[in-house]
Amino acid sequence: MLRFALRRLAVALLVALTVMTLSFLLTRLSGDLAISIAGAGATPEDVAIIRRAYGLDRPLVAQFLDWAGRAAVGDFGDSYFFKARVSTLIAERMPVTLTLGLTGLAIALAVSIPLGILAAVREASWVDRLVQLVAMVGQAMPSFWLGLILMITFGLRLGWLPISGTGSWEHYVMPGVVLAFSAIPALTRLTRSGMIQALGSDYIRTARAKGLSRLSILGKHALRNAAIPVVSIAAVQLGFMLGGSIVIETVFALHGVGFLAWESISKNDFPVVQAVVLVLALIYIALTMAADLLNGLLDPRLRAA
Amino acid sequence: MSTSDRGAPPARSPNPPRQSPPLLEIEELRVTFGRTAAVRGASFSLEKGETHCVVGESGCGKSVTALAVMGLLARGARREAARLEFAGQDLRALSERQLSALRGDRMAMIFQEPMTSLNPAYTVGSQMAEVFTRHRGGSRRAALDRAADLLARVGITAPGMRLGQFPHQLSGGLRQRVMIAMALMCDPELLIADEPTTALDVTVQAQILRLLAELQRDLGLGILLITHDLGIVARIADRVSVMYAGEVVESAPTAALFAAPSHPYTRGLLACVPVPGKVKREEALGSIPGMVPRIPPGFTGCAFRDRCDHAAPECAGAVPRQQAGAHEVLCRLPPGWAA
Amino acid sequence: MRQAGLVLGGVIVGIALLCAILAPWIVPHDPFLQNLDNRLAVPFWMEGSNPAHLLGTDQLGRDYLSRLVHGARISMLIGVLTVVASGLIGTTLGVLGGFFGGRVDDAVLFAITCRLAIPVVLVALAVVGLLGSSLTLVILVLGLLLWDRFAVVARSTTMQLRNLDYVAAAWSAGVSTPGILLKEILPNIASHLAVVATLEMALAILLEAALSFLGLGVPPPLPSWGLMIAEGKDYMFFSPWVIFIPGVTLFIVVLGINLLGDGLRDLLGAGDTR
Ligand SMILES: Nc1ncnc2c1ncn2[C@@H]1O[C@H](COP(=O)(O)OP(=O)(O)OP(=O)(O)O)[C@@H](O)[C@H]1O
Ligand SMILES: [Mg+2]
Repeated sequence: MLRFALRRLAVALLVALTVMTLSFLLTRLSGDLAISIAGAGATPEDVAIIRRAYGLDRPLVAQFLDWAGRAAVGDFGDSYFFKARVSTLIAERMPVTLTLGLTGLAIALAVSIPLGILAAVREASWVDRLVQLVAMVGQAMPSFWLGLILMITFGLRLGWLPISGTGSWEHYVMPGVVLAFSAIPALTRLTRSGMIQALGSDYIRTARAKGLSRLSILGKHALRNAAIPVVSIAAVQLGFMLGGSIVIETVFALHGVGFLAWESISKNDFPVVQAVVLVLALIYIALTMAADLLNGLLDPRLRAA
Repeated sequence: MSTSDRGAPPARSPNPPRQSPPLLEIEELRVTFGRTAAVRGASFSLEKGETHCVVGESGCGKSVTALAVMGLLARGARREAARLEFAGQDLRALSERQLSALRGDRMAMIFQEPMTSLNPAYTVGSQMAEVFTRHRGGSRRAALDRAADLLARVGITAPGMRLGQFPHQLSGGLRQRVMIAMALMCDPELLIADEPTTALDVTVQAQILRLLAELQRDLGLGILLITHDLGIVARIADRVSVMYAGEVVESAPTAALFAAPSHPYTRGLLACVPVPGKVKREEALGSIPGMVPRIPPGFTGCAFRDRCDHAAPECAGAVPRQQAGAHEVLCRLPPGWAA
Repeated sequence: MRQAGLVLGGVIVGIALLCAILAPWIVPHDPFLQNLDNRLAVPFWMEGSNPAHLLGTDQLGRDYLSRLVHGARISMLIGVLTVVASGLIGTTLGVLGGFFGGRVDDAVLFAITCRLAIPVVLVALAVVGLLGSSLTLVILVLGLLLWDRFAVVARSTTMQLRNLDYVAAAWSAGVSTPGILLKEILPNIASHLAVVATLEMALAILLEAALSFLGLGVPPPLPSWGLMIAEGKDYMFFSPWVIFIPGVTLFIVVLGINLLGDGLRDLLGAGDTR
């Protein structure tokens, strides 16, 4: 287990380094950043001044090493637009994004696990088909559009929920539901197939031969085995959800890191953009690693290895 | 196909006066999976404390019969019977809830697949204890103590340590012993053991079967043992039923069957066993050319006729059930044809 | 049921493709023609609609139906071209990794892991934000980002094939490695890739809509469905149909592609490629 964990950590670090390089290169894509920052109508002199001021006149490798060295200790430099430290900006906005992501994940799990179990128990019946249809509908739903429709319905027409902002828990309900939609199809299908596999297994026949109650057979013996892949995929989905929250944060004007990234992109504030890309990627890497370790803990067969 | 094609009525007559009903009484059991008739009118009974062996080639419906008794058939199976009684109780009339109160408590089963029959996510102890607490209540502690006793009883050393282990940490032989111990948790009256040893290696096979024979003697439980091992049949069975293509083609007390096998199929199986009672342990069933056919519902006549040396045109018609004392045969050949 | 899904999906995708190809010849109006005197005209199911504009007009008085049909062009183009690009990248990587194993496979797996760690929407937005919105750029970015599932599926299916008899037979018959990859492996994993292609096409269309909605996808005045929703957003509280129509269209087309993919999966027996 320890060797496995260490190996996993080494790969994770390598991935992090690669993503770091990519997110740095990303912002240099346009060729001359100084021109983008200076904006239209800037004179060549302005551009030259900017270039020197931001250190853009130095060789690319030097710029990268400088940035990477600081980023490794959590220093992402200063924002051009917000006139603040990037790390402070991200730290301020992160709780909103994390709250949103966890809300979304909680809603997704609360919907998909019961649905998946129901579909598996009634495999090949109309209930099963209905659940699969729900999963497919969820997969085809444009999240930003669903957000707008919910705003019109529950915010404006019914007046039950606030339309935008971050003041109270109610502000997270609609964005959480919309974000959950992106994870529900995968989680439902995984729960369903895991439960079908578990229910057809020999150990479930043993559990029935032991005269255990239906609740114990489904909830204890089958679900426990079906849950192992669901837990790890849930962690991965949370990573995807945090990465994808930019759309929903923008729709609902939730001032999280996604919204910050969107603002920075439109302002050419590249230190913030590359930092957010990096931070979200790192969170994803950490989550997948946690998922692997969690898997090892949940599955006794892996624990020993 | 109706049962009247069979000639003689299936019930055992003349009925000896009994104080209590047999432990298990099956008449005309039929199980179909869509276009496959897996069991076609199997009948047999098992008295309290008796060991009844069921033998037959692979695919002839032994496991399906056992699962049908336990009510554990896979989805999509259709079960019918003229009679299906456990200790006088009609199993067909029981709800799933009532049936699950019987299962694991008064009737228990050990499966053919020891490697996969235990839940990989829970410890041996927790899986054994839950049967006891489910049917008898009491503390988990008490259940674990009983589990440790039983593990020792089935020959597992250091039972306390095993209780904390997961199935993947045990060998196949140990897992099957755990399954046996688990089946004994509530002192069942009936134990169905479905080829408990086929998945195991030869030395372990012998140990497990010896263990079953011992337990049967000490605890007085009725055992329905499905096996390929004619050696063990000769040693521990009180009665043997031979199954072929979903039917019981011959059923007799063990000595009578070995002394005078009367169905051509039984004779084929015993071909490699020259002297009854002197068979070697681990003796496999004799091999008969051909395979067990897949029988569709509505099939008539003797299912063995294609592989039988004594087949005649009338074998395609109704097959009579002949009876001499406790020895029953499903064949048109006259009694004593083989002598 | 399954067959019904396949047929329904096929019909939806067929109609969308027809609209995309024939758009200039079948639309009733010029999708770019503004008429500020006839802004936000209501669609046919509402009181006071104009039969000349079946689905009404947008905030600049452009015919909504014509824009919707032209929008199919953009979505289908993005969907198909993105899948071609990402399919090429992902299949190449996956087949190489699955076939050669060892170091090559480690490298491919590493590439997939890195790719998955990158937040797609954010990076796509950043690239378009830095380089300026254009249809070509969106296709390029999505093509470079959405190859992971192709790689995963191509890799695992190639691995299964590699050890089969006929591949070994081709080896011993002296067929070259590229020959085996192209003639033995590719045709046999094609059905799996076809299913992935539908899933990725659906995803690419949804992503383009999201990017355009955020203003960093296809530039106006192109009638992308995502852009139509973005432009209608300011009017949605009083004229909800301006976002309702393009949103439902987008949803139905994506659902159709997914249904088609699901049906194909069952038809081709392509296993679980989700
Ligand atoms: N779940 C099922 N679905 C369809 N057919 C089944 C199912 N289970 C059993 N059968 C069929 O029923 C017949 C009898 O199977 P069964 O498992 O009872 O054989 P068996 O006598 O136990 O053989 P073995 O010695 O190999 O265990 C076989 O033809 C098998 O194909
Ligand atoms: Mg069997």
